[in-house]
Amino acid sequence: MRSRHFDLLLILPAAIFTLAFLILPLARLTLEAGSGPGGLAGFFVILTEARFRNSLIVTLVLAIVTTVATLAVATVAAQTLAHRKFPGRGLLLSMLTFPLAFPGVVVGFMIILFGGRLGLVGSVTKSLIGTNVVFAYSLFGLFLGYLYFSVPRVLLTILAAAEKLDPSLVEAARSLGAGPVAIQRDVVLPALFPAMYTGGALCFATAMGAFGTAFTLATNIDVVPMLIYTEFTLATNASMAAAISIALGLITWAALVVARSRAMRDVNGG
Amino acid sequence: MRIRWTTCAGIVITALLTLFLIVPVLLSVYAGLTVNYARGISAGFTLDWVRQVWGLYSDTVLRSLVVALLTLILTLLIGVPGAYALVRRGGRFARIVEEIVTLPVAIPGLALALAMILLYGGFGAFRQSTLFVVIGHVLFTLPFMMRSVIAILETIDWRTLDEGAASLGSPAWRRFVDVILPNVRPGIVAGALTVVTLSIGEFNLTWMMHTPMTKTLPVGLADAYASMRLEIASAYTLVFLVMVIPLLVGVQAVADLSEKRTKS
Amino acid sequence: MNAHTANPTAARRGSSITTRRLSKTFNGVTVLQPTDLEIPAGEILVLLGPSGCGKTTLLRLIAGLEQPDGPDMIRFDGEDVGGVPIEKRNVGMVFQSYALFPNMTVAENVAYGLKIRRIGRAQREAETRRLLALVGMDEYADRRISAISGGQRQRTALARALAIKPRVLLLDEPLAALDAVLRERLRVEIGLLLREFGITAVYVTHDQAEAMAIGDRIAVMQRGRIAQIGAPQTIYHRPANDFVADFVGTMNRLEGRVAGGVLAIEGDGTHARLDVGGPDRTAAICFRPEAARLSAGEAAVAARVVASTFFGATQRLVAEVAPGRRLQLDLSSSLSFTPGQIVAFDIDPQAIIEFQQEA
Repeated sequence: MRSRHFDLLLILPAAIFTLAFLILPLARLTLEAGSGPGGLAGFFVILTEARFRNSLIVTLVLAIVTTVATLAVATVAAQTLAHRKFPGRGLLLSMLTFPLAFPGVVVGFMIILFGGRLGLVGSVTKSLIGTNVVFAYSLFGLFLGYLYFSVPRVLLTILAAAEKLDPSLVEAARSLGAGPVAIQRDVVLPALFPAMYTGGALCFATAMGAFGTAFTLATNIDVVPMLIYTEFTLATNASMAAAISIALGLITWAALVVARSRAMRDVNGG
Repeated sequence: MRIRWTTCAGIVITALLTLFLIVPVLLSVYAGLTVNYARGISAGFTLDWVRQVWGLYSDTVLRSLVVALLTLILTLLIGVPGAYALVRRGGRFARIVEEIVTLPVAIPGLALALAMILLYGGFGAFRQSTLFVVIGHVLFTLPFMMRSVIAILETIDWRTLDEGAASLGSPAWRRFVDVILPNVRPGIVAGALTVVTLSIGEFNLTWMMHTPMTKTLPVGLADAYASMRLEIASAYTLVFLVMVIPLLVGVQAVADLSEKRTKS
Repeated sequence: MNAHTANPTAARRGSSITTRRLSKTFNGVTVLQPTDLEIPAGEILVLLGPSGCGKTTLLRLIAGLEQPDGPDMIRFDGEDVGGVPIEKRNVGMVFQSYALFPNMTVAENVAYGLKIRRIGRAQREAETRRLLALVGMDEYADRRISAISGGQRQRTALARALAIKPRVLLLDEPLAALDAVLRERLRVEIGLLLREFGITAVYVTHDQAEAMAIGDRIAVMQRGRIAQIGAPQTIYHRPANDFVADFVGTMNRLEGRVAGGVLAIEGDGTHARLDVGGPDRTAAICFRPEAARLSAGEAAVAARVVASTFFGATQRLVAEVAPGRRLQLDLSSSLSFTPGQIVAFDIDPQAIIEFQQEA
């Protein structure tokens, strides 16, 4: 089997790399998580200890709210942009997707410029009502940061699906008497669901694990990634950090797997 | 022509969204070039802040470029043959391997960095070298390169190409180099642009994995955001924007090109 | 040519459609010139023409998917519907891509319009079953759209459009997405179904055979206007101009001087001498390939055979009257011809058409 040897040769670099720098480190991480003072109970510390549990709840709520908001605006914007030609469309799309390349820290800085102490909103409210409204470092600021980070990605995913939607499907629904609400409910959204699952899961996973934005903005908020960071660097509690990391990784990975299987099922029309 | 209220609402929301995304960027560019942000336009414009940033952080800019380049080379060497192998084998096994290789997309970078540090933290020289950061970047960007190549392989009839070349007497590795690689070039180019863009902007892994001697641009940015005045932070951001804009334009151009190619 | 004659026992349903100087301009380009059209209730009108001739625009205007240039241009039963959006216009529409909802089953698709109209479940289901039976899709009621064939999709789309008891049925190239064999079978079936239903229908196609098989009348469109409207027979045998003549079949054309009532063309051992009467003039005399009859005596035309193509019952002969002046003739395939041979034939005087020659 010559071709089999050749296949092995092709996959060999990827296999070695993955083993050395992904599988072994993750195994080490798992070992570390189980080696704390509580032993195996360390894995469940995120649920058993109130401080961690609260942090997990805040992060989950924030991620869910971000996901819902991102899906809502991205779906509206995608439908507005799909099948519509106008001058400057390319430029508009570039502006909407430009922040794709921004790391979380830069996104955090964008939110500071928007709602920080010297921010745009603050200076406007100062001249209007006399108070400098600062929200960048609050939960709301973090939410805006995650939104800023997620919208371009999710918008691109949903826009691709919206462009593929046959316009005559909407026309057919209209000819049968369907109004705007019925068209959304029965025709457009079902067609966009696979993309919405994929985009939504990506958004959720990113929001759960986002570190850069939180690092810049969440000086007073203990979202889970910040918790891992402080446990590891400040408290030098490696096993605790590892246990929380594993819990977080499982949550984000599961979200992506569930979304992918749902999207698949929808595409296959089961 | 009557415009329905739903369309109106859509246009308004899209416009607001665009403003939300783009106004802070413009503010940042403005802040990086203004003499004094708090005093406004009347203070005038200057390149002093950019000059100061260059003096303070030019090493991070150069290191980010080096890291991105090394990351690209490694993802090409590992990812392109790997992607072809996965498509060739197909089936359950290939799906499992793909799932494992793409795991770094699903797991937060912080967790991966922690895992790496726990395992290799003891290897001083490796831990403190730029290579450590590069490995982290390869870990994170490899799935993107592989997916990009796999996507193209799935649209071309690679089996016929391979069998055609085999019928002409070409050995397996020459078929890969002479026939498969040229035909997946659009995927490689798109993947390469994505890898470089992601690498230049990578923070989550890098923040944990870097040492004072291996700071990259985003690490420097986080530093500046925390400790420097707004004008310097903005000027630094401006440097970052100037670095990624050509990459984004490139990604767009490649996407347009392949769209045209599939249409014709 | 029309295989079907209207079923006199079927009750005529649906509304009449009237357009008055109906026109449509997109970004300064007039895609539909002001058009007057009178479609009586129950008639099947086919809009036939090449792509870009305005036929789809006319259909979409009637549907309410496009806004006409001005007010009061479209009436159903005399009632101005120009301001009525498609959702309220009650038109049944069949799309080229069928536009069936992939997230619903066959039956759910058919029932959708009734559901929107808040018709009770029992009545909705009964009506859906009746329509599915009518189009022969009752066995597939619970199938997903992705699990049925192109022909079945086409029938489902038709049932869905009919379910809402539309005032008019509009079909936009409904067979264009099917392969040739299926298309030929379905055009007969659709023609029968539409007649059985007796509903006013406007049917857009670029396929002349489909138009002939389905239409009570055909409107041939060219560059945004109706070039000719009439029964299929009239369109075929008495085309109003060159464009119509060429679009609905093959047309032979001999141009020359008519002197003493005869158009004469002389070649090398070949000739055409057509007795068309009338004053002396320059004329274009046209006839269809099947108007030729082999002649034993003094033939009107003697032409040199260039090639012959076998079509089954007939063969199509390409023959030259003079260098570069070729004719196409349909003759029985039992005869055999060899290239170079001279064949003599007459032309059915009833089938001769003369178009006005521009000076």
